[in-house]
Parts: sequence; C-alpha cells; structure tokens
Amino acid sequence: MSAAASTASTSAVSRFSGAQHRLLAFASLIILVAVFSFASPNFMQTSNIIAILQATSVNGVLAIAATLVIITGGIDLSVGTLMTFCAVIAGVVLTFWGMPLGLGVLAAILAGAASGTLSGTFVAKLKIPPFIATLGMMLILKGLSLVISGTRPIYFNGTPGFTQISQGSLIGSVIPSLPIPNGVLILFLVAIATSFILERTILGRFTFALGSNEEAVRLSGVNTDRWKIAVYALAGSICGIAGLLIASRLNSAQPALGQGYELDAIAAVVIGGTSLSGGRGTIIGTLIGALIISVLANGLRILSVAQEWQTVVTGSIIILAVYTDILRRRRL
Amino acid sequence: MTALVVMKDIGKSFPGVRALHNAQLELLSGEVHALMGENGAGKSTLMKILAGIYRRDAGEILLDGKPVEINSPRQAQDLGIGIIHQELNLMPHLTAAQNIFIGREPRKAGGLLLDEAKLNADTAEIFASMHLKLDPRTPVGGLTIARQQMVEIAKALSYRSRVLIMDEPTAALNDAEIAELFAIIARLKAEGVGIVYISHKMDELKRIADRVTIMRDSEYIGTVPAAETPVEKIISMMVGRTLTDDRPDIPDHSKSETVLEVKNLNRGTVIRDVSLSVRKGEILGFAGLMGAGRTEVARAIFGADRRDGGDIFMHGKKVDIRIPQDAVRAGIGYLSEDRKHFGLATGMDVRNNVVLASLARFAGPAGLLREGAMHDVAARYIDQLAIKTPSDRQEVRLLSGGNQQKIVIAKWLLRECEVLIFDEPTRGIDVGAKNEIYKLLNALAQQGRAIIVISSELPEVLRLSHRIAVMCEGRLTGILPGGASQEEIMHLATLRGDAANQNKQKTAKGEAK
Ligand SMILES: Nc1ncnc2c1ncn2[C@@H]1O[C@H](COP(=O)(O)OP(=O)(O)OP(=O)(O)O)[C@@H](O)[C@H]1O
Ligand SMILES: [Mg+2]
Repeated sequence: MSAAASTASTSAVSRFSGAQHRLLAFASLIILVAVFSFASPNFMQTSNIIAILQATSVNGVLAIAATLVIITGGIDLSVGTLMTFCAVIAGVVLTFWGMPLGLGVLAAILAGAASGTLSGTFVAKLKIPPFIATLGMMLILKGLSLVISGTRPIYFNGTPGFTQISQGSLIGSVIPSLPIPNGVLILFLVAIATSFILERTILGRFTFALGSNEEAVRLSGVNTDRWKIAVYALAGSICGIAGLLIASRLNSAQPALGQGYELDAIAAVVIGGTSLSGGRGTIIGTLIGALIISVLANGLRILSVAQEWQTVVTGSIIILAVYTDILRRRRL
Repeated sequence: MTALVVMKDIGKSFPGVRALHNAQLELLSGEVHALMGENGAGKSTLMKILAGIYRRDAGEILLDGKPVEINSPRQAQDLGIGIIHQELNLMPHLTAAQNIFIGREPRKAGGLLLDEAKLNADTAEIFASMHLKLDPRTPVGGLTIARQQMVEIAKALSYRSRVLIMDEPTAALNDAEIAELFAIIARLKAEGVGIVYISHKMDELKRIADRVTIMRDSEYIGTVPAAETPVEKIISMMVGRTLTDDRPDIPDHSKSETVLEVKNLNRGTVIRDVSLSVRKGEILGFAGLMGAGRTEVARAIFGADRRDGGDIFMHGKKVDIRIPQDAVRAGIGYLSEDRKHFGLATGMDVRNNVVLASLARFAGPAGLLREGAMHDVAARYIDQLAIKTPSDRQEVRLLSGGNQQKIVIAKWLLRECEVLIFDEPTRGIDVGAKNEIYKLLNALAQQGRAIIVISSELPEVLRLSHRIAVMCEGRLTGILPGGASQEEIMHLATLRGDAANQNKQKTAKGEAK
C-alpha cells in the first residue's frame, strides 16, 4: 500500500514540469469565463472585468506570499491576519502620528517583513513545525491588531492620497480607455517581481531546494536556516503590500478582518498547481488560481447563486484541481 | 612527507551506541585509501566527522600536520574536504546542474542574479570530463539511481577538493560506470588528491586501492598495503574470523510445481514481451546491465507500475494484480532496490518496520497491537540476520546503511510470501552478512519458496541462481542454466534488437525439446 503511494510520488518527480497543470488551470479559467459570459451578458462588461481583477488583487498578493512558503515545504497560516496587522500599522503611522504617505507604506512593508522573520525564526531555529508556528503567529497578530487599534477601524481621511494606492489608475491616466486600477497593477508587479526572484535569484533557488530536500542542502554546506528565514521574511513583506491594498480599498484598517483570508490564499496556490509537499510551484499558476476563485465568486453572484453555494463550489474546485494534478502525474 | 590527513584516537557515541572508539586513519596525498569494515563498523561515522557533519567526542584531526577543528560541512569544504555520501542527497525537483552547484551558483549582474547559462556550461564541462552523457538541465528526480549517483560524484568533483571521501560510490553503478569512475579516481590521484574509498566490493580493492585501513566494532584494527595483502587476510581482519563459503549444488527442479508464471508482459518500451516462470524451491537469477528493465519487470509483477499487457499466474491460476496489495495477497513479495524511498519507514523503529507488512497478524481484539509478540519477532530477526542495533526500539534511520537493508529483508521474510522478489538484496552489505543472506536465500528456497533475485553483480548471480534470466533493453534475451559462465551472461546482456528476437526463438525451441 505504501509502495503504491510512493510510486505515484516517483512518477510525479520524473515528470513534474507542471506546465500541463498550469495549462489545465488556464483552460478551466477560460472555460469558466466563457460559460459565465454566455449565461449572462453583464459578465463580460468592462466594469465587471475590472471588478473581478480588483477583487483578485488582495487575495492574489496574499497567495503569492503563501506560494513562497509552500514551495519550501512549509505553510503560512498567518498571511491573512498579518495583512490586517500591516494595515493597522499603516494606520498608526499615517493617521495617529500624521506622518507622510511614503513612511506609512514603508512601515507596513517592514512590519510584514519583521513578522515573517519571526515566523521564519520559529520554524528554522526553534524547529517548530510551520503549521504550528504560523498558527500561533496568526492569533498573535490578530490580537495585536485589535489591541493597537483599540478594536476600532482606523480611517485614512487625513491622508488623501492613500485610497489612490489601490483605487487610482495610473494606466487609466495614460490610456483613458483602459482604466485598470492600481491595485491590479500592483498585483501584477508583485507577481512579476516574485517570479523573477524565484526563477533567477539565489533566494529563489534555495526556496525550491529547501522544499525538495532540505537535508541535502544542509549537507552541501549551506546555511539553510538563514535562507528559510529569508523566504518567510519576503513572504511577510508581500503580506504588507496586501495590507496596504486592502486598507486603501476600504479607506480604513479594519482590525477584525483578516482571519479566513489565508484559506482563500492557500486555495489559490493549490489550484495553481503548487505542491503542498514542497519543491514545486509557480507564481503564474497561483495567479491563475486566484483568478479562478474570483471569477467563480463573481460569476455565481451575477447568476444569483446564493453565497452558501458559492462556498460549496469553491471547495469542490479545490478538490477537483488537486485530483487532476494527481491524475496527470499518475498517467505519465 | 607529512600526511595529508591524520585522524587520531577518534571517539564518538550516539545515545545507546558507541560508534567509534580509538579510530584512526592516515591519508597521504595522491593515495587511494580504502576503508573497510562490516556494516555498522563505523566507517561512515568516521568520515562524517572528517566532513564536518558530526562532531567528534574525542581525538584529534591533523591536516598537513596541523590540528584543525571541523564543525560544519562548510568548514570542511573550505579546508578542501569533499564527500560523496553513502545515501543519495539530492534535491529531486532541481536540475542536475542546480544540484551540483547548490549554494555556489555562478552569479551575474553584480551577484544579484543567477547565471544559469554558466551554471549549465560548467556542469556540462564536468560531465564531459566524466564521459557522462547527461543534459545538465535534467531534473534529477527522474533519473535512475545510477545516474543520480553520477550526479553526486560530479558534485563532489566540482569542489576540486584535496581530500575526497567516497562512501560506497559504486553500490548502484554498472561495470562501465565503475570503470569510468575509476578512471576519474586515477586522474585525481595523479593530481595529488587524497581519496578515502569505502566499499563492500572486495574486487575493487585490488583495482584501485593503495592502502587499506580495516575497522571492526567501531575500532581501528590495522592498515595494510592493498597489493601485497591477500583478500582473505583483509576479510578475516574485518570479521574477526575466517569465512567459509560453500556453494550448495543446484537442485533439480524440473519436477517441481511452477508457482509464478508471467506471460507476455509489456510496458511501453521498458518491458517488451517478457515471459518467465519460477518453480517451487527455485532461485531464478535476473542478470543484465543497469537499465535493462529488470526492476521494471519486478515492479510490474508486483503491481507497483501499470502494465500495458501480460498475464500473471500463480499455481496455474490467473491472478489480477493491479496494486501491490493484490500482489501481496496473491503471495508475492518485492524488496525494492531503493530502500530509502520504498523499503523503510525510516522515522519508525526497527520493531515496527519488521512487522509493518504483517501488522494484521499482531493485532488482537479491537485492533490492539500485541507489542510483546512484535518484540519477540523483531528480536528473532535481529539475531538471525545479525542486525547491529542497540534495541528493537531504535529508529531505523539511525542504523548504518547495510543494517537498514537487513531490516527490509526481515520485513519480507516475516510476511512469508510464496514468491519473493529480491532487487539488489546485498547492495551495501558487507562480505560476512552477504554470506549470511546467501545462506538464508538458499534455506528459503529449500523450504519451498520461489525466489527471484535481481543483481548487477555477476558473481552473486552465479553464486545463487538455479537458473539465470538475462535481459537487455527491456527484452528477455535468454534463460541460462545455473552453471553458466560470465561470458554467456554478458553475451545475452548485450544482445540488442533483432538479434535478441532470433535468439529468443532459439532458446524457446531449446526449452521445448
Ligand atoms: N545518528 C546516529 N544516531 C545513532 N546511532 C548512529 C547514528 N549514526 C550511526 N549510528 C550507529 O553507529 C554505528 C556505526 O555506523 P556507520 O554508519 O558508521 O557504519 P558503517 O561502517 O558505515 O556501516 P555500513 O557499511 O553499513 O554503511 C552503527 O551501529 C550505527 O547504528
Ligand atoms: Mg556506511
């Protein structure tokens, strides 16, 4: 029985290009879009497309952060509440202290990096399993957000430019017919930058190597702890960006928000073909995964399917996505 | 001349195990120094201390006559000490080139970016120097074990170390690959590199070693020149007694019942129309070069891989084997060649691994496990196979390589399958224990089991087999009687394409007569 399971995993290893899976995910996205635009004329309207993209931006950025950690063979449950924490920090710096916009942005990203460093240290140095370490961090950050904000939302009315971070449209100001909001632009920039780091830099190489066989990396004379912490820190700072995006969209930091976002993010990662056992995954896959989730939510809402059923469908999609991945690997 | 490395009075204990006690080694530059000893003698541990993976408890290490502290793999590398580990340590998802240069990737753009082109070019250069035809961009997870081993060797070479430790590098290699490795070793030697070479293959000693250091029971026994010392002397220093090896006569099985029969087995291009049978009490040897498809045949019979076609019969009755569970139920057991991945739950203890395939037998009412009975059985096998472990509660991953292999054997012996397929059963096993395993296989056959032994070591095939099936490139190229010569086997093992078909018809006719 165990032999059967391990057979599947060797085959996985021998043909793991993952390109097929991404193609499949992409095809599902196209099919979904086709079905919804056929079912409802409202779906394909520019305003709706932009709404979908805008809705993807926060989850997409969070999912990119989660992808990094998952490729190392870990998991990060704290991405959602860390996002909120970073938003609250931005609120403190901008609204409570009245500092300029740039400093608020910097503070949010640094807060994310610091929290990621802490999670990474728990995992790498204290050898606490990632699931537990980030579960702990998730609760700590949630509590801290409430404490710092006094459980009340912090509004950014004193910093007029703040809403522009997500809602303005740089592209639209240049090409008026293409009013793509900055939030979406930021999502794609984060995706491109992270992809680049993963594929081209030493940090990226170690991200995959750690997930593939950490012991082998250690025996190669590499300081594995340091790199692992670096990956968590990078993921944390990306959560900081997500915090800015959501705060900008709501024009406020909502301290009670955040929990539950991590599950959507992980769902996007998994649908995008990243292996939860590590060593394998792509940002483009995650992006497609995140889009599938928001297209589904949007399309089902347009067709007036109840919220409850939307959740059921998303759950089924996750299982289906992972199963097709397993099928593909078994087929070989 | 001062020695390149001197290890003096090295001591090392693990919880419950004294792994090294007054161990010694002196390595000269330009020397191939063989380190010999039984499974669990402490060879790998001594070398891991030299490579900075373990810290020693006692003793001293001198490099060029100066005392050094080696506290991490990184420090060892900086001192010019490289090691090829006994167990493969590769990142399966990364390419060969990425594996080789992990942590030392060539960079560009002021160190910010990886220079993938140079990475692959450098790797291609190393491969070329090894006469290894392998694309540096191939992910290693999909390679055969032999290929992975070659990647490990390439990695060790890439460090350009002055001291190179090779812990059983040839365990998974075929003759051509071994010859290639030996050529590389000769070249390194000429460049003045000192090489510590660990192997259980006695014939390799004479081929490459200059001196031999022998260890037994975690202690230093002696160092002797390789050329002048008879192999028997070295073996007796290793095991502390002289070994006798009497090959039993080949029994006549023509009257016994056929237990397992396989007809027209096919799977893509790796298995092409293989038919064979094993009788009760018979040991069928499976010879061929690495990659001939022997493991694939075994896995297909066992249901571990799918088949495109072919039927399997037990006692003349067709059985439908789709998954390994079906095979075990039908009475077929398979010992994988890759124990680390398929054979063992390395995180569990010896006791649980031994009973793992027969767990139901140890479950009382309500599924409660009878630990006492499990202990008794585990203890029996520890004794019978001379497994070196402090107790049956020791985690398997902490045992030496050879002893892990014995655990896999124990597991399947306990399962009492009628047909047992052993894939490289003595890989990494010392001479003394090898002998024990041969005796055991003979005894099992005598009890009426049907046994298939896949082995890349011809002497082993010849020593054990009652009949020898030979494969080449997925085809069964012939079946020889037990007394066949090495030349006959090699001829069939290299018989390609059409020639094989003709030959098969011939042997088929021969059998019919
Ligand atoms: N990390 C560890 N923890 C506990 N015991 C260990 C550990 N590493 C090795 N040992 C024990 O130390 C002893 C020596 O092991 P070592 O691996 O050095 O043997 P070896 O000579 O290389 O044997 P083989 O030929 O089987 O590879 C064995 O009894 C082994 O079980
Ligand atoms: Mg060893």
